[in-house]
Amino acid sequence: MLTWLGANYITMIDGVALGVLLFTIALGLSLVFGVMDVLNLAHGALYLIGAYVAVQVLGGGSASLLAFAGAGVLALLIGGLAGAGLSVMTRPVARRGHLDQALLTLGVALVVADLLSAAFGNDVKSIDPPTAFAGSTSLLGDAYPTYRLVVIAVGLLLAIGAYVLIERTRVGALVQASVADAPMVRALGVDTGRLVTGVFAAGGGLAALGGVLGAPILSAYPGLDTRVLILGLVVVVIGGLGSVTGALVGALLIGQVETLGVSLLPTYASFLVFGTMALVLLVRPSGLLATGRSA
Amino acid sequence: MSGDFVVRDLRAGYAGSSVLDGVDLTVGAGEVVGLLGRNGVGKSTLMSTVVGWVTPTAGSITLDGQELAGLPTHRIARAGIAIVPQGRRVFAPLTVEGNLRIAVPAGGPRAWSLERVYQLMPRLAERRRNRGDQLSGGEQQMLAIARALLREPRLLLLDEPSEGLAPAVVDQVVEIVAGLRAQGLSVLLVEQDLHAAFALSDRILVMQKGRIVHDSTTAEFRSDGERGRRLLGVG
Repeated sequence: MLTWLGANYITMIDGVALGVLLFTIALGLSLVFGVMDVLNLAHGALYLIGAYVAVQVLGGGSASLLAFAGAGVLALLIGGLAGAGLSVMTRPVARRGHLDQALLTLGVALVVADLLSAAFGNDVKSIDPPTAFAGSTSLLGDAYPTYRLVVIAVGLLLAIGAYVLIERTRVGALVQASVADAPMVRALGVDTGRLVTGVFAAGGGLAALGGVLGAPILSAYPGLDTRVLILGLVVVVIGGLGSVTGALVGALLIGQVETLGVSLLPTYASFLVFGTMALVLLVRPSGLLATGRSA
Repeated sequence: MSGDFVVRDLRAGYAGSSVLDGVDLTVGAGEVVGLLGRNGVGKSTLMSTVVGWVTPTAGSITLDGQELAGLPTHRIARAGIAIVPQGRRVFAPLTVEGNLRIAVPAGGPRAWSLERVYQLMPRLAERRRNRGDQLSGGEQQMLAIARALLREPRLLLLDEPSEGLAPAVVDQVVEIVAGLRAQGLSVLLVEQDLHAAFALSDRILVMQKGRIVHDSTTAEFRSDGERGRRLLGVG
């Protein structure tokens, strides 16, 4: 066992880093779907916008930590505004079923992806980590990229912040209640339209911030939006709707499947993610940590 | 506390099928009105239409003269109508206290507070840290009533409050609603349990095929058992 761990722990830490990036995508998807019952297939495009913000702001070579933080704040703002815009756009189709929502948001995603391709080209754009975290750190004698450890720390801090917001504040209670039964929340005098816009904006901002954070690891390229969207949807299905803990657990699990699983079982690489999802659906159809509906 | 509630020629339904076919009713300030009828005649649809979950196709709903028909649900709630829905619909992931706190309107002095509802229903105070889905049916019903009261309603809609509860628990719920009635709250009550409906209501309405077909005092309704059985389709 120790030998196995020794041979694979670096891959497992890579999986944690990928997991926290997926968390930044999945939390917004989970809450928007849970609160408004809107399937937002443009969510991956928000991540890609964040990645290209990093390319635009930091693309000229090694950047300072301050420049990186600035790119993060800019992406947060752009993603938040785009999320709020999506909330307004999806309002007319909110009651028309998931197919209409999927078509509308998929259309938005395609337009955004084309605009980004036109602006940045079709090549893979790599970003260096901030100079302060450019080196490596010794982990049990192995050199490991410091930036990935920072991504894990920032991702976990974001998860703790989101948990506190959802579990310990009135706004969080309203979000949870809306996931459970939005019409009943409205009958308590709450304008859930404003709540939904807030959740869309926060989810969009988080996804775009994830794009900046992930740029030095996953780069930026056409098609990245689809990849993270699909993985994000799988995370939501596995974790359960409307749950911060569910999104984190699901994201960390898929992070491991995408790295450790593929490393150990390369022949079955293309089946592992969806195989895991199918297994969870068989055992717990509502996801590992769904919050529950009206009692 | 006022609460003159008037419904005129209200029509509503689902996906093209008409359920409410011209409902007329009034609930006076401080009055408890029991709405009876067989399953499927439109009682719960009426409640859902009043709170805005179902959009009316025609007609008028006013509370103290303010027109509410067609308004979004949250504005109807803010106008002073609260509902204890069929099936309770307490929020499973929230604690008892969490369920109650999100119902408290922002700002201003209030007649109902958490302390007051805990005084009225001490069982909820004991269970304040428990999640909504950890409560018994009776406790969930009390929580749904407490949550509605915290909205400071001028009209309370109670949809089948005794449904699925043991007789002893029904008695507790009846006692709570009787206390609210004594405090002058206007109530529209849908109830299959005739004992509970008669114990609480000043007037009885009977609904058939989406319309009100009978309106009398409770005493008058009970004085003619044969008519009551015919209207309700029992016996």
